[in-house]
Amino acid sequence: MKNNENHVSSDSLNWTVLVILLILTTITILAIKIHLGAYTVALALILASIKVSIVLTYFMHLKFENMLLRLMVGGVFLLFAVVIAITFIDYYFR
Amino acid sequence: MSTTEHSEFIDSDTGKLGMWLFLFTELFLFGGLFIVYAVMRSKYAADFHQAALELNVFVGATNTVVLLVSSMTVAMSLTAIQQKRAGKAMGLLFITLLLAGVFMVNKYFEWGHKFGLHLYPGSDVMKSLPHGEIMFFGLYFMMTGLHALHVIIGGVLLTIVIFKIKSGKINAEHYLLQENGALYWHLVDLIWIFLFPLLYLVT
Repeated sequence: MKNNENHVSSDSLNWTVLVILLILTTITILAIKIHLGAYTVALALILASIKVSIVLTYFMHLKFENMLLRLMVGGVFLLFAVVIAITFIDYYFR
Repeated sequence: MSTTEHSEFIDSDTGKLGMWLFLFTELFLFGGLFIVYAVMRSKYAADFHQAALELNVFVGATNTVVLLVSSMTVAMSLTAIQQKRAGKAMGLLFITLLLAGVFMVNKYFEWGHKFGLHLYPGSDVMKSLPHGEIMFFGLYFMMTGLHALHVIIGGVLLTIVIFKIKSGKINAEHYLLQENGALYWHLVDLIWIFLFPLLYLVT
């Protein structure tokens, strides 16, 4: 068995993922220039999150990993979001 | 050895699991800094706006593209080794190292420019700035510095992988080290994906 049962991503998939990431980067840079005020940070973070999930899913092969690993990664990001939320609740209502 | 097949299969899976656990600790290392950034930004919005104008968007954008491409070459290299194409795998890793070099040279000029303006932690110019701007530059040097350290470590790791492919220790059957090295390199990319808009773009 060894490593052999792992999924092999094709080069064309990797190229496609790169092109999508570059397009999203361009959109991020252009979107920030239109000055959306308070929404700018939110927009930048949403676009960054989309890019990060694409890297996690395809480049880091999470799409092809077992359920345990996928749940762990999802759980840790959820935990991180909760930590940020609690920090801000504490900060604003202190 | 009769148990080889079985134990190596488990090694591969748990080895990768261990790498992911390590990546989680990295997430919280940078995550802590992102939380400091978020709180300070909401406290000193005007100062952060002023200080962020100092950063060069073009350099930041160039480094973003460099890291995204390098992330792809690492992923492709893994595909190549799985397809028993060791030469192609080494070539792609070498391109990744070159891109890492480009990233570091950009970073050198970027930091050098700021040092030229006496904008570094503890300098007299820095001390004369408003408190929020000091916080911004402190976080800028801390976060990009820690990230650059990860680029260097990733580069060393990938160099080791190249030598192991060359000696045949990493091959189409055993490539856990390369997989984990690739995961580490992607993490470096992931962190930059958040650093770039937060430091360079959102002014």
